[in-house]
Amino acid sequence: MISAIRRYGVEITSLCVAVVIWQLTAPYVTRGDFTLPGFTDVLASFFSLWDVMITDAATSLLHFGIGMAAGICVAIPLGVGMGWFRVIDRIFDPIIEILRPIPPLAWIPFAIVFIGLTHTSAGTIVFIGAVFPILLNTYQGFRNVPKVLIEAAMVLGCTRNYDLIRKVAFPSAIPDIATGIRVAMGVAWMCVVAAEMFGVSTTGIGYKISHWMHLYRMDHVMAYMLLLGFIALFINRAFRFLIVERLSRWRKGVVA
Amino acid sequence: MLTIANVSRVFESESGQVEALRNINLEVFDKEFLCFIGPSGCGKTTLLRIVAGLDQPTSGEVFLEGKTIKSPDPERGMVFQEYSLFPWRTIIDNIAFGLEMKGESKEKRRRIALKYLELVGLEAFERSYPYELSGGMRQRVAIARALANDPKVLLMDEPFGSVDAQTRNFLQGELLRIWCETRKTVLFITHSIDEAVYLADRVVVLSARPGQIREIIKVDLERPRLRTSVEVNVVRERLLGLLGEEQARGCGETVCWTGI
Repeated sequence: MISAIRRYGVEITSLCVAVVIWQLTAPYVTRGDFTLPGFTDVLASFFSLWDVMITDAATSLLHFGIGMAAGICVAIPLGVGMGWFRVIDRIFDPIIEILRPIPPLAWIPFAIVFIGLTHTSAGTIVFIGAVFPILLNTYQGFRNVPKVLIEAAMVLGCTRNYDLIRKVAFPSAIPDIATGIRVAMGVAWMCVVAAEMFGVSTTGIGYKISHWMHLYRMDHVMAYMLLLGFIALFINRAFRFLIVERLSRWRKGVVA
Repeated sequence: MLTIANVSRVFESESGQVEALRNINLEVFDKEFLCFIGPSGCGKTTLLRIVAGLDQPTSGEVFLEGKTIKSPDPERGMVFQEYSLFPWRTIIDNIAFGLEMKGESKEKRRRIALKYLELVGLEAFERSYPYELSGGMRQRVAIARALANDPKVLLMDEPFGSVDAQTRNFLQGELLRIWCETRKTVLFITHSIDEAVYLADRVVVLSARPGQIREIIKVDLERPRLRTSVEVNVVRERLLGLLGEEQARGCGETVCWTGI
């Protein structure tokens, strides 16, 4: 405890000061009938809503999980194929270049009409947000495999495409793929909130934010906002711990 | 016996044709240490890549023991100028890569890889990753990795080009020791006359582009050679003269190069 304070003293003080300033100024930030909820109000919301929050978080993570899993399953094989085989690149590139600039949220009407107000529908929006960052980074990773490593492998008897991809190109591209997944997770989390606000289910963090807004409970809205932040932070840290730490064993420097 | 027969290589580019090699004819004897030297851009690397099977000649053929070389094969190991170790594999796994591709069992892979790791004197780094090693050590591992496949021919493309002069002298000594122990045919490209004279049985001097064989010089001196001895310097002077002429031709200059 003492050593933690010594190490993170500045960070802890900074957080505490921010909370105090928030608490003291909140009553003065008003507009019409609304007053900015203070720290204690939000804390109270957390306590009163805790049970439902867990369900909401689980729903949101379900949407996130469906989208990310589908995104990874589609983007990595496609990125590998496009990065390694020129023909596949030429077949898919024009299609992707047209679809990619469409913001994922623009797909919401389509998802609702054709898939309905279901978890799959929310997952689809998340998928559209997640798939392109992973695809592009996988592709880049494969393009950037140093030629000398491929040739070294060939001279050592690794000459089939399958072996070259599995033993050389893929391991070499893993840092790029990891970066793609991290970027995708950020976009995906944004898409979760947006998709849920359109009411694809009656639970979920995004849904509850708009729900409590309509009931004029800004303290609850803020509690859910903070929950969103905490979960994203946790996912990012967990990913860092599981994947990036393992990578840095052979790769000097931290993956972006 | 490695035979290079009438090999020519022309590169097609948008700006036209570049003739890299013209009519190379050469016989390399078994267990010979052969060095290639020539002005930069004379096609040394191209020739080595053709022997490796990484590039195809425009005309002519290369035979190893009577068989035409068409594609890369573990019977011809190669050490590259750039660092070519797989950064995600430990040193021992790098050396075992070729054996893994051959489908050898795990114990056998480890046993052989350890043997070659010891041969290059780096057993302390078995579990290290390439980034933890210095440039010279990485090239020694690359040599061990090529040798672990037990190739008939070892192709080396300026392997010590990017290490400092002290390390370079040390690595040359190490290479000779390893060569004496394993007795492979070695084709070694270098920019350094000093290196060529210290290492080679024969030195092939290539001309400025298009690369042709200008002269083959036999270095009939006992090893280990003394870098500063009179005999070594006689050969060095001869090579300096030849290379000076070629360098001047390559630049289109007519400077008289006396050698020393």
